[in-house]
Amino acid sequence: MNGPRTQAPFGRRMAEVTGNESVGAYRLISVLDSDGPPDPRPGQFYMLSARDCWGGGADERPYLPRAFSYARAHEDGTLQFFLEAIGPGTDRLARLEPGEGIGLVGPLGIGFDPGPAGEALLVGGGIGAAPLLCLSDELGPEARVLLGFRSAVHALGAGLFAEVQVATDDGSVGRRGFVTELLREQLDAGGRATVYACGPPPMLEAVRALCAERDVPVQLALESGMACGYGACFGCVVPTRNGYVRLCVDGPVLAGDELETAVVPGAPH
Amino acid sequence: MSAELCGVELRGPILNGSGTFDAIAARKAFGDVLLDEFPFDLFVSKTITVAPRQGNPPPRLWETPAGLVNSIGLPNKGLRGFLAEDLPQLGELPVPLCVSVMGFSRDELAELVAAVAERDEVELIELNFSCPNVETGTIMGADPAETALSVERLRPLTRKPLIVKLTPNATDPGAVAEAAENAGADAVSLINTLRGMALAPGTNRPWLGAGTGGQSGPAVRAIALAQVAEVSRRVGIPTIGMGGIATGRDAADFLAAGAAAVAVGTESFRDPAAGRRIAAELEAILRDERGFLPAASSERTAL
Repeated sequence: MNGPRTQAPFGRRMAEVTGNESVGAYRLISVLDSDGPPDPRPGQFYMLSARDCWGGGADERPYLPRAFSYARAHEDGTLQFFLEAIGPGTDRLARLEPGEGIGLVGPLGIGFDPGPAGEALLVGGGIGAAPLLCLSDELGPEARVLLGFRSAVHALGAGLFAEVQVATDDGSVGRRGFVTELLREQLDAGGRATVYACGPPPMLEAVRALCAERDVPVQLALESGMACGYGACFGCVVPTRNGYVRLCVDGPVLAGDELETAVVPGAPH
Repeated sequence: MSAELCGVELRGPILNGSGTFDAIAARKAFGDVLLDEFPFDLFVSKTITVAPRQGNPPPRLWETPAGLVNSIGLPNKGLRGFLAEDLPQLGELPVPLCVSVMGFSRDELAELVAAVAERDEVELIELNFSCPNVETGTIMGADPAETALSVERLRPLTRKPLIVKLTPNATDPGAVAEAAENAGADAVSLINTLRGMALAPGTNRPWLGAGTGGQSGPAVRAIALAQVAEVSRRVGIPTIGMGGIATGRDAADFLAAGAAAVAVGTESFRDPAAGRRIAAELEAILRDERGFLPAASSERTAL
C-alpha cells in the first residue's frame, strides 16, 4: 500500500515518561518526545524500551524493543501509547513511572491512507483500538468507530473515544459477540464505505473476508513480532499475494486485497 | 580514528554483520540523514544468492535471554535483481562496500564472485559458507577441505579481497580459517550465529517456521571472543570479530583478542545508530588506555 510515512530521526533517542494511567485492563503511557517529528501518521509505530531495567524480567527478558502504534500525538510533543501487560516487555513498559526514561525509535512504517470521513468505518479489537484513536481524531465525528473487547474491564478502553459502538465477548458491555457483527450491520445499511481495522489476527481476518465478500475497500494494521522495526532483521514478514513483505517498512498497514489471509503465524511475545 | 582492511582504507574499524542492517530500507525509514550519520565504516550487504529467495516461513524470531534466535533464510532478489536494483543504491553510501555471497555449489559461487567483482561499487567480497554444498551435503564452512576447494576455485576470479565468513557450528573453526588462508583468502570474519531453537509455548513444537535458527546477541559474546582469539592466533590474515558486541568495551576486547576490525549486528536492532555510539566509546577507550589506535591488523595481543 502507498500509505503515508513520516520519517524518523536516525537512531534511538531517550524521552521522558510523563504519565501512566490505568484505563480498565490497559495502560495509557504518555511520553514527552521533544526530539521527534510533530506529525506521525495514524497507523505508524514506535519501538519502545525502558531506559533502565530493560531485561531482568521473566527469563531475563526483555532484550529487544517492542513495537507500538501510537494512540495520540499532541502538539507539545507528547505521544501516548496504549498497551496491555501480557509478557516481559509489556510488563516492564506498564510499570514505567513519570520521570523515567524511555527509548524511542520512530515513527516507523506506513500509516493508514484516510479517505472521506463520511465513508469511514473504524473497526478495532482490544488493544488494536490504539491507532484508531488518532485516526478518529483526524477524521472527526463523521467517522464511525466500532470496537470489540473481551470483557467489561477491557471495554473501558472505549472511553477514550468520543462516540463508539461496543461489542464484548461476554455481553457485559454493548452487544454480545464480535465486533464484526457490528461491522456487518453497518455494511448492510448500505452506502459507500472504507474500513480501517486493527486488532487480533482472527478479527482482522474476519473483517478482511467480510469486506472482500462485499467489495468494500479495507486497510488493515497488522502485527508481527519485530526485532528492529526499520527493515534490518527481516523477521516480521507476513505472506501477501506478492510474497513475504516486511510489516515494519512495507506495513504495518496493508490493503485487504494484498492479503489472502490476515492470520499471521507467530504472535508477539 | 582510521583503519585499514585488506588494503582498503576505512575511516574506522566498525562494520555491520551481514544481514543485520538494510541500508536501503533504513533510508526509507530515516531519510538521507542516514548517509550523513552512517553508523558503519564499511558496509557489508545482506547475503545474495544466484536465484531470488523468499526466505523461511514465519515466525522467524524468538527473543532469548540477552539475544534472539532467528531463522530468516537469506531472502534476497537474486544476483540479477541485486546488481540492477540494489547495488546502485548501495553505491551511494558514504563508506566502502563489501558484498556477501552464498552459493549452493562452487559453480554458483564462481558465478556470484565473477559478477560482483567486476562492479566498481564493490571493494570487498565476503563468502558466506554457512550452507550445504548440494553436491556433497557438507556445510562448506564447517569443513577445512571444502573451504579450501571453494576458495581455490574463487581466488583466480578477482583481485578484490575475499573474506571467508566462518561458522561457529564447526568442530574446529581455527582449522577452517587456516585452510581459507592457505587457499588464498584475504581475511576471515567470525562468528556467524550459533544453531539454536525454541519451542512454541504449550505445544512442544518448534516455534520458528524453519524449525531451528541461529542465536545472536550478547548471549554469544564470550563464545565469539574465544573463537576470535583462537582464529587470530592461528592465521596471519586479518580477522573481523563479531558476536554480541554492544559497547565500545566489547569492541576493544575483540580488537585485543586479535581482530583487525569488528562488526555490530544484533545491537543495531535495538538502536539503528548503535555503530556510531560504539565507535565513539571505542575511540575514547583506546585513547585513554594506549594513547593511540593500533593500525588495523598490525597489533595482536597474544592470549
